[in-house]
Order: sequence, then structure tokens, then C-alpha cells
Amino acid sequence: MDKRTTEQEAVAELRDGMTIGIGGWGSRRKPMSIVREILRSSVKDLTVVTYGGPDVGLLCNAGKVKKLTYGFVSLDSIALEPHFRKARQAGAIEAAELDEGMLQWGLLAASHKLPFLPTRSGLGSDVMKINPDLKLVKSPYDDGEELVAMPAIELDVAFIHMNRGDIRGNGQYLGPDPYFDDMYCRAAKKRFMTVEKIMETSEMAGAGPLQSRIINRTMVDGVIEAPNGAHFTECMPDYGRDEAFQKAYAATAKDEEAWLEFKKTYLDLDTETEYQEAVRNQ
Amino acid sequence: MSEATRGEICAVACADAFRGNGEILASCFGTAPAIGARLAKATFEPDLLMTDGVCTVVDNPSPVSGPGNDLVVEAWLPFRAIFDHLWNGNRHVIMAASQIDQFGNQNFACIGEHAKPKAQLLGMRGAPGNTISHTTSYWVANQTAKVFVPEVDIVSGVGNDRAAKLDPASTKAHDIRLVISNLAVYDFATPEKRMRLKSVHPGVTVEQVVENTGFELVIDEVVPETRMPTADELALIRDTLDPKGFLGREVRSPE
Repeated sequence: MDKRTTEQEAVAELRDGMTIGIGGWGSRRKPMSIVREILRSSVKDLTVVTYGGPDVGLLCNAGKVKKLTYGFVSLDSIALEPHFRKARQAGAIEAAELDEGMLQWGLLAASHKLPFLPTRSGLGSDVMKINPDLKLVKSPYDDGEELVAMPAIELDVAFIHMNRGDIRGNGQYLGPDPYFDDMYCRAAKKRFMTVEKIMETSEMAGAGPLQSRIINRTMVDGVIEAPNGAHFTECMPDYGRDEAFQKAYAATAKDEEAWLEFKKTYLDLDTETEYQEAVRNQ
Repeated sequence: MSEATRGEICAVACADAFRGNGEILASCFGTAPAIGARLAKATFEPDLLMTDGVCTVVDNPSPVSGPGNDLVVEAWLPFRAIFDHLWNGNRHVIMAASQIDQFGNQNFACIGEHAKPKAQLLGMRGAPGNTISHTTSYWVANQTAKVFVPEVDIVSGVGNDRAAKLDPASTKAHDIRLVISNLAVYDFATPEKRMRLKSVHPGVTVEQVVENTGFELVIDEVVPETRMPTADELALIRDTLDPKGFLGREVRSPE
């Protein structure tokens, strides 16, 4: 079994209007080589589901996003994602904003193939007003408590980035936090995993503890080797966040000339290889 | 030792917010709360659980200015486990507030209409789930009548009037404990759980507080002063917790 593929082939699976999930958290372990490939593609009107970072800023900026289902959008070391902020303030996207925990619940419900999961999160807050489709459910037991019925967030396609993987689709994270990547995979019809390095399955045991092997091959349809693929987000322990690059990216939100220069240097390129070369030359 | 700065008074007021909390997860947003929680843990609340801000529970939190290299790790708490932990209720968070009203409804999501905000701020983040699940306090580094408002533009953190309308079973853990600002400390110890002026920081008058509040506060006949930091607390803050003086950047002392 060999599930190796490329960013181009993975993104070619996307259709206008699809719902995609993007793993990672904020500016951490994001499948950025995939995001860059989506920017190169003609696909549009996407619903993007994520704990957002620069993936969201870049996709919004490029006009790829119709609807965003999210817990937050942050660059971590820069609290607000400026390109996302700009898109929001222009009213350019439909913002299905959730409490962070509700987003996990929606992904978990979808990954368990349940219609919803109950939670107290959201009760009394304007999350209920922003998302008028959210409904309450009454506990059938003696307590009779009314809870939020967080609906399953089903994904057409999920993209995640792992530190290591094999050609069959087993994946391994070596950083401090798995985030919710396993849930994105189980919530999606089609799943693509970029990895820093493809290894022999037998070698992966030496790369990290058993508990790091959270992605098994039934959860993945395509594996893409993408060294430095999460750039400029962090991918510990392989590399930290490229703070200088992120700072420059953030600054382009307020400077059209700087944005055009950034776009020309880093985004208007035909391949990820050229992007990585441009990053090395920065 | 020079006299306590306004920032140090605020940090100690934040520390006091955790007094009596015992063995719970203390989470903080902002410099004064982060120093306050560390101070509480280092002195009168040694059993507090604290993370390094990411996913490691550490017994010896770093100075607020940056990570130490001799962390004593107690446990692993990745984001998914943070949700498990907070829904379980064993936590007291001090969050920021861009707007807060007299019932403690908090907004740090956006200013203006949500569909097309005038200013996109942090977003809902975990505020709805936090406030319904465990004790919450707020930190306002620069209190004005634009922050303490009659009505918040959008409710991210659930206040007392809204909680009162919910099924009581859902709000057992709802507890808006304190609001700490650069001017004063507030609680909700009134019959309708409206915001009450608990103490004014030394050097601040009640009039100043009223001027910088956009709604009617409950003000008792006698309003005590927020306590001053002890010499030991000041030494801890200056030598260990905030050697680079981050507090002074967040809270300016009066001229």
C-alpha cells in the first residue's frame, strides 16, 4: 500500500463550496504547503473549519472563504490575525464563530458519526445568537437539564500536518500537543496528511513514544512529504515558528505595497519547492 | 525598597483573587493576573496548579518575561485536556474584558455588529464555556467608561443576569468572582448580583471610579482601600516574577 501523493493532487480533489477542516492550532503545526497550494488553485467558496492561524488569514485574503467555522483566529505571538481581522471588518466572510470547546465537540460528534453532542458551553452567551441554527436538547433523565446540542461538523476534506509518517498513512506527532488532528481526520470523507518526513514504518518507533502515533492508516487517504511544510507556523521539535517571517506577513495587512511584494516573493510561485527556496533566500 | 507601583497593587489584588482556592487550575490572561497567580502560588496558595501557558503543568512557573530553563513538570495538559479539565469545573480563570457590564457580561470578541464588526478583537475564544463551567474573574488594565459599559456589544463571557435566566442545573458552577482594574476591585455581592465597588486602589478616589464607569455601580457608604503589597511580595515580584518590569508597561502609575 502506497498512499503517497502531492499537494497538487490533493487540492485537485477540492470543489467549489466544499467544507474543509484544517488541523493544527493558531500558528502551530498547520499544513501550510496545502494552504499555499489552495491559494494557487481556482477553488472558491470554501467553508473552512479550524482553530485558525495564518491559514485562515491567507485563505480569506485570497477570497477563498465563504464561511468560517472557528473557535478563534490567532498568530499566537501576535494575538490577532491581521488579514482575518481585515476580512471580518469588511464583512467579507460568513462567521460561524463558536466557543473553542464547542468546535472540538462538533468535530468529535462528526468523528463518532453522532448528530450532536450535548454541552453547557454556549448557554447564555451570544454564540447562540451568532449561530441561530444551534438548538437546545433536554436531558431525558431525571435531571431534565437543557443543554446545547452541538451539531456534528462534517467535513468533505481534512488536511493535517504531522512530524513523521509512512507511505501507508500512519502518522506521528513529536511536539507537545496533538491538537485535534485525529478528530479532523475522522470527521472527514477524504483525508490528506502532510509530514515533515516519510519513514519506514519500522523506523517510526525510534522517532518517539508509542503515544505519539495518533494517526493510523485508516484515517488517511493521501500522504505527502512536505519538509518545512508547516512554515511559517511552528512544528516542534523539527522547527519553531519563523517569527521574523510571521511579523513581516502580519505587517502586510496594513501596507498594500508590502503585501504585493510579499505576494510576489512568496505566493505567486508555481510550486512549494520554489516557496521553500524563497524562504531560504529571505 | 521603593513604594509599590499601581501595577504591583493590581498584581497583588489579582493574587488575592485566588485566595482560598486551594488545589485548582489557575489560568491567567494579562501581565498583572499572570504575576498575581504566580505570587499566590509562591506564598499563600501553594497548591494552585499552573501551566506554562501551553500544555505543561509546571510546579515553578517562569517569570512573566520569558520561560525559565529549569521547569519542574507536574503533568501534561494539551488543549483537549484543558477542555476536559475546565468542563469538570476545577479552574479559576482571570480573563481580559474589552467591555463589561454591571452584571459581569463580558465582551472581548468584537466591537459593533458581529456580521461586520467595527473592530474584530480576540473572538469568543473559550469565554462562553469558561464562564458556565467554573469561576471566572476579569482584569481590565485601563478602565474607562468605554470598557465599563451599560451594555456590551456581544456577550462572550456570560454574566449574572443571563445566567439567572438559564436552567439552574446549568449554572451551578457559574461564578463571576471579581473584576480587577487599574483603579479598583469589584465584586457582585449584592442581592441582584450587580457589580459593587469592593475597594479602591490607594491613590484612587471613588469619584474617579464613577467617572470611568458607564453604569451605576453599587457603592457602599464606606469603601475600603485595596491592600498594599507586603515587602516580601514586592521583593518577589521585582526579583523573581517580573525582573524586566513588564507590569509597568501594562499599568501606568499616576503622575
